Amino acid sequence: MNADVLKGGFANAPVDAAHAFRAAMNVMARPGTVETLEGVEPPAPMSIAAGTLILTLCDPDTPLHLAGDWDCQEVRDWVAFHIGAPIVGATHAMFAVGNWNALAPLNRFAIGTPEYPDRSATLIVEREALVAAGATLRGPGIKETAEMALPETEAFQMNALLFPLGLDFFFTSGDQVSALPRTTKVEAA
Amino acid sequence: MYVAVKGGERAIDNAHAWLAEERRGDLNVAELSVAQIREQLSLAVNRVMAEGSLYDPDLAALAIKQARGDMIEAIFLIRAYRTTLPRFGASAPVETADMACDRRISATFKDAPGGQVLGPTFDYTHRLLDFALVAEGEASAVERGEARAEPTPHITEFLNKEGLIQTEVDSEDVPGDLTREPLELPANRPLRLQALTRGDEGFVLSMAYSTQRGYARNHAFVGELRIGKVPVEMEIPELGFAIEVGEIELTECETVNQFQGSKTEPPQFTRGYGLVFGQSERKAISMALVDRALRWEELGEDNLGAPAQDEEFVLYHSDNIQATGFLEHIKLPHYVDFQSELELIRKLRREAMENTMPVQEAAE
Amino acid sequence: MSDYNFAYLDEQTKRMIRRAILKGLAIPGYQVPFASREMPMPYGWGTGGVQVSAATLTPEDTLKVIDQGADDTTNAVSIRKFFEKTASVDTTEETAQASVIQTRHRIPEEDLREDQILVYQVPIPEPLRFLEPSEIETRKMHSLEEYGLMHVKLYEDIAKHGAIATSYAYPVKVEGRYVMDPSPIPKFDNPKMEMAAIQLFGAGREQRIYALPPYCQVVSLDFEDFPFEASKADHPCDMCGATDSYLDEVIMDDAGNRMFVCSDTDYCASRRKAGHVGAQAAAASAALKETAA
Repeated sequence: MNADVLKGGFANAPVDAAHAFRAAMNVMARPGTVETLEGVEPPAPMSIAAGTLILTLCDPDTPLHLAGDWDCQEVRDWVAFHIGAPIVGATHAMFAVGNWNALAPLNRFAIGTPEYPDRSATLIVEREALVAAGATLRGPGIKETAEMALPETEAFQMNALLFPLGLDFFFTSGDQVSALPRTTKVEAA
Repeated sequence: MYVAVKGGERAIDNAHAWLAEERRGDLNVAELSVAQIREQLSLAVNRVMAEGSLYDPDLAALAIKQARGDMIEAIFLIRAYRTTLPRFGASAPVETADMACDRRISATFKDAPGGQVLGPTFDYTHRLLDFALVAEGEASAVERGEARAEPTPHITEFLNKEGLIQTEVDSEDVPGDLTREPLELPANRPLRLQALTRGDEGFVLSMAYSTQRGYARNHAFVGELRIGKVPVEMEIPELGFAIEVGEIELTECETVNQFQGSKTEPPQFTRGYGLVFGQSERKAISMALVDRALRWEELGEDNLGAPAQDEEFVLYHSDNIQATGFLEHIKLPHYVDFQSELELIRKLRREAMENTMPVQEAAE
Repeated sequence: MSDYNFAYLDEQTKRMIRRAILKGLAIPGYQVPFASREMPMPYGWGTGGVQVSAATLTPEDTLKVIDQGADDTTNAVSIRKFFEKTASVDTTEETAQASVIQTRHRIPEEDLREDQILVYQVPIPEPLRFLEPSEIETRKMHSLEEYGLMHVKLYEDIAKHGAIATSYAYPVKVEGRYVMDPSPIPKFDNPKMEMAAIQLFGAGREQRIYALPPYCQVVSLDFEDFPFEASKADHPCDMCGATDSYLDEVIMDDAGNRMFVCSDTDYCASRRKAGHVGAQAAAASAALKETAA
């Protein structure tokens, strides 16, 4: 094991995680808003925001899927040391992290059951940048409309049709985070 | 003139001070030590450990002292403490066949290997107040036999050899944990047994009693009841083998129940199972009866609509900490809700009066 | 400080609660099961709200705790003290100053802002529970969006009483999908639930968390010919003269004379501070002047 994996965790876990969760909750409750999410330094290619998010939400109880380039030894070692989440394939994941292409196809992920729609995966989509312009968003958490640049629109429209089942998304880039729950209705720009 | 009630904080502090004074009682009477409670009220300690789900006689004794003898309050103290403890791992399953039995009886066989050991039981005492105890006299030392060194086989195993009793299949599955996962229904037997062993003794007793009186009657024989200490071992990954981390006292009860057989199973006996911390035999027997009643579906029996057969009913109402909290919360202010009810009932009465008035006038 | 972790709960428990909160926000009105912990206060006394608050608070937060709208009720005092001790947060009685508000049975009168969070203590989270005691059945009903039983109950009320005989914990439908229990707030508060703040609901004993994101559609169930009505005592506050606030009725003397005062103590106090005077307060100050003269 590389000594670097021992680094990059929270300096003060209870307080850092509390701040991180508030940012995560705020963006999930208000699709389209962007917040800063920091506190940890994960190995490349994982962003600070994605690393902070999984350190805040994941533990040995949450199977995690690493997609594409994110499934590398450095990330695996870092996850094993700091989080202890079992690394699994897409179908068994509660959380998944990777870029949009690596996460596709989305229908591999759990969307919940009619009696337990919460048993669905949360996808952390790593992006080049988070831009509050582009597709129009409507739905809970949005007063009238919001805007967000999305990797595509159709996948999110299909996902919203599954409601109350479906996937929930975080978008991360550097130390920035935004989110799109299954309730958001997306319209192309 | 109305002044809004202020001073909740002072009232709470004063109430706590008064409570502490009442707990101590008359200062001219010597204070109870935790060790005295642990040694001399050991069955109370056992109950607190069982329903508190924490095996620690000293802490249970402390809880009883702090709770002024209120058992549910003491159990609550232990539960609230327990949730703050870190988990280092899970022990290996204890082997009750290896138990050093202080007591071991069977109602199904007159004698069996290992013998009948009456042990320290109230069973054949005459319930006459012993005024000699008022004098705080020391009990004289009693003669002790040697505890059996070799394992004591389970009585039901003798029936199993003949195929007369249903085999309980070992499972490799990791059992769920009621204290770490939300209860999901239908539950399975491990979760039911967890709920029963930490459930309120009075509740489990009443449920068991109801099955004896005909609500899902399934006549139970006490195949075996044993009380004694068993070693607890834990697998240490760094060592690669299990080491003994301590010893706990347990009460285990296996009942032998009638079973008519089904399309797939020949007639055979079935079991109910009870396992409780400490010497808690009333609880262990009750648990075995309720466990058996809850197995109706798995054994292909009819659902008679009896309370003890209703898994959801039993599991949701067996926990006395949940029950007492919710019951007692109605002491909290509800005046906002009551106000809305007041307004509603006034409105409904007004409307009812308006509707009936003309009739009354006509009658006059 | 104490030997306990920040905000009492251990980090693994907080993560579990935080995951439930996020799913709750993503599925508004749906009750997410969570492994509620035993807290050092009894079940039924706000353990769900306390766990949600503990998983939400940061050291920079300012916490307000109300019970029946009041900051000084004994259980509100007890919960506020718990967080002062375990999370070292600042506390306040002023609604506008609070970033997190934990409540039992009321929504503050003052409109909440986007930067505020309202945490409800919930005794029975299942709106269908009083109609169907079995959890297996009610879960099925939610999954099938089968809410006929609820409408039948409300309609029977109308047939019997000429009105819907539910005055608090009045059921709502969220985003046209889940029927939700708003906790035992008076139905007067129901329309406030479409608000700018995040609303989180915690039911400890029943092991459920649910949530409403800001500006979420929350509709009180009703019928076209019997529309929902957010009622309160038809009276102004005797202390501050407010006509728009929910009122408590206080019995004044042995003759049963009564007065009406705001249940939201901070709202009433800030109005009086701003110079608003209700009937009883005016009479009292007049009497005082007379005695002085």
